[in-house]
Amino acid sequence: MTRLTVLILGALATVIFALIVLVILPQSMLGKLQAPPELKPYTLEEARGREVYIANGCIYCHSQQVRDPNITTDIAKGLGNRASVPEDYVHDKPHLLGTMRTGPDLFNVGSRLPAKEWHLAHLYQPRALVSWSIMPAFPFLFQHKAVAESGDTVVNLPPAYAPAHGVIVTTSDADALVAYLLALKHDYAVPVAGYKAETEKDALPISGLQEGKP
Amino acid sequence: MNNEAGQAARQPVAAEANPIYEDARRDTVQEHDQNRITLAQTQAWDASSRTPVLFGFVIALLWLMVGTWLGDISSFKFDWPDLLVSEAYLTFGRLRPAHLNVMVYGWASNAMFAVALWIMPRLCHTRLHWQRVALAGIAIWNMGVFMGVLLLLLGTSDGLEWLEFDRYSADPMMVAGALLVGMSVWKTLLARKVHHLYVSVWYVSASFPWFVIIFTAGNLPLYQGVESAAVNWFYAHNALGLWLTTINLGLIYYLMPKILGRPVYSYWLSLIGFWGLALFYALNGMHHLIGGPMPSWMIATSITASILMVIPVVAVGINQHMTVVGRFGAMRYSPALTLLVLAAMAYTAVSLQGIMTALVNINRVTHFTHWTIAHSHLGLYMFVTFSLFGGIYYILPKILQREWPSAALIRAHILLIVAGMVLYVVALGIGGVLQGLSLLDASQSFQASVEAAKPWLLTRSVAAVIITLGHIVFFMHVMWLLLMKTEPGARPASPFHAIIPVLVEDRTVHEGKPS
Repeated sequence: MTRLTVLILGALATVIFALIVLVILPQSMLGKLQAPPELKPYTLEEARGREVYIANGCIYCHSQQVRDPNITTDIAKGLGNRASVPEDYVHDKPHLLGTMRTGPDLFNVGSRLPAKEWHLAHLYQPRALVSWSIMPAFPFLFQHKAVAESGDTVVNLPPAYAPAHGVIVTTSDADALVAYLLALKHDYAVPVAGYKAETEKDALPISGLQEGKP
Repeated sequence: MNNEAGQAARQPVAAEANPIYEDARRDTVQEHDQNRITLAQTQAWDASSRTPVLFGFVIALLWLMVGTWLGDISSFKFDWPDLLVSEAYLTFGRLRPAHLNVMVYGWASNAMFAVALWIMPRLCHTRLHWQRVALAGIAIWNMGVFMGVLLLLLGTSDGLEWLEFDRYSADPMMVAGALLVGMSVWKTLLARKVHHLYVSVWYVSASFPWFVIIFTAGNLPLYQGVESAAVNWFYAHNALGLWLTTINLGLIYYLMPKILGRPVYSYWLSLIGFWGLALFYALNGMHHLIGGPMPSWMIATSITASILMVIPVVAVGINQHMTVVGRFGAMRYSPALTLLVLAAMAYTAVSLQGIMTALVNINRVTHFTHWTIAHSHLGLYMFVTFSLFGGIYYILPKILQREWPSAALIRAHILLIVAGMVLYVVALGIGGVLQGLSLLDASQSFQASVEAAKPWLLTRSVAAVIITLGHIVFFMHVMWLLLMKTEPGARPASPFHAIIPVLVEDRTVHEGKPS
C-alpha cells in the first residue's frame, strides 16, 4: 500500500461495518422488546443491591443466564425451567450475563434459595454453610456489635463461625444485596410466540442445586 | 551495526527469483532501496522520539508491577478464600478487574504507545512530529487509568468486563490521551519521506482510530439489557483484535526481519493478514455469548467471522514463520528475537485456539470455565506481553545508546516468564476442561466442578509466583540500564541486541561465534 486514503478509509469502513452489524442493527431490533408482565422493575432497594453486586464484582464468578438446552445441560442441572431470552433482561442496565461459573448461576437464585437468613450468613462467611466453597467472605458488608440495637438484623451463624462476644448485624448494603438476589426469579413463561412452544416443551420444575440449604 | 535499518533487511532472497514474487518484491523494496539511510539518520529519528518512548515504557513497567501484584493476590484468593477479606477494596471482585484493567490499559497500552511512537519515525524516515502532543497524551491517558483503578477499588464500576473504568471521569481522559498520541503518530505519517507504507505502518496507524472508535462506542451509556451485552463483547473482543493485536503484530513485522537481516517473506500475505483481520476480527465478539439470550443471527455471525479468522491468522503465521525459518538459531543471540518469535507463535496458537473455542461443540464445555482465563493469558501474555518485552529489549538500548548490563538477568527473566506462563496456561487449561466437563454433566453436583478446578488453581498460583519473580528481575534490570553511567561511544558490554546478518548466513563457519 502506498496511499494513506486507502488505509484510513478501509480501516474505518471495516470497524464501522462491524459497529452497524453488532451494535446499531441490534439496537434498533432489541430496543422494541416488551417486558413480560411477570417481570417487575427493580424496587429501589433491589436496584441498590444490584449496585452492590456490581461494585463487588460478583459477575466475575457468577453468570445470570440459562443457556439453550439443545447444547447445554443448564436446565437439567436445575438452573431454571427454560432458557433465558432477551425479554428477561429489559430492566438490566448494564447487563450482568457474566462469563464465569466459578460459582453457580444466579438467574433463578431467588427461587432456588428463597431464605434471606441463608444468604446473609452465606455472604458473611460462605464456608459456614458450604464447607467446600471458594467464594470470598464479605465481612465488610456486616457490623460486629456488642448488642443488637432496635432495627438491626442479626445474622444467624453456626457457633464455629460466630464471634465469641457480641453479634453480627447487617449493613444496608447487605440487606439490599440480598433483596436483589431474592428478586432473581425468572420462572414465568415467556410471552413470545417463537420461544413459547419450545420453552413449554422443555419446562421442568426447578430442582435446586445440591449446594446446601438453610 | 551494519544491519541498521533498511540495508540488510532489504537484501533480495533467492526464492524471490520466482516471477510470482517479482511484483511483490519490487513493491516492497523499491522505495527503501533507493533511499539508503545512514546510522546517523536512524539515531536522529530515535532521538526525536526518545522522551515519549522512555516515558511510556517507564510508566508501563510501573503499571506492570502493580498489575502483577493485583493478579497474584486475585489468584491466591482462589486457594485461600478468606485471605484479605476484611476491607472492601481488597475483595476479589475488585482486585480482579483492577488486574485486568491495569494490565491492558496501564502496562500493555503504555508500552504500545512507546512502540508506536518509536516505530513511526523509523518507518516514515522522518523525525517524530508533535512530540509534546504525544507526551501530553500519555500523561492524560495515565491520569485516566489511575482515576479508573482508584474508583474501581473504591467500588465505582461500570459493571461491564473490560469497560469497568468510570465512563464519566476515567474514560474521557483515556479517549483524549489516545487521540493525542494518535495525532502525533498520524502527523508523523503525513510528513513521511518514503513513498511506500511498510506493513507495520498499516497496523500501528490504523490502531489509533480503531481504538478511539470502539472504546467510545463501548462506553456510551445508551444500552440496556442484552444490547448492553452485545456492545460489551463488541468492545472487549475488539480491544484485543483491533488494538492489542495490531500494534504488536506491527512490532513483530518490523523487528523480526530487521534483527534477522532478511525481508518479510511475502508482501501479499501481509496484505491478506491485515485486511482479513480488520474485516473478520471486528465481528467476533458475540462468540462470548454462545447459547445465551441473544438473537441467534448475532451469535451465528460471530461464529462465522471467528472461523473466517483462519484466513488472516494463517496468512500472518505463514508469513512470519517463513521469515524466520532456517534462522531460528539466531534466537540464541537476541533476546528480542527470542521473545518476538515466541510471541508470533503464541499469536497463531491463541488465534487457532480461539477459533476452536468459538465452535459450539467445544464452547459448551469451555464456556464459563477457567479455560477462558488460560486462553486470555495465552493471548495477552504469551503474545502481547512477550512481544512488548521483546520490543523493550530491542528499543531501550537504541534510544539510550547503551547495552543491557547483564546477559544473565536477561536469561533469568526469559526463563522465568516462559516457564511460568507455560505452566499457567497448561494447568489452567486442564483445570478449565475438567471444570467444564463437570459443569456439563447433569449427574454431577456443582461441588464437583469446584473440586475439579481447585488443584489446577493452586498450580496457577505457583505459576503466578514464578512469573512475578521474572517481572522483578526485569524491572530491576531496566532500572539498572536506565541509571547506569557509561562513557559516550563506549562499546556495548554484551553482544545481545545486534545480530550481524553474516552470522546466520553461513552457520558452519560462525557457529558459536556471536560476534
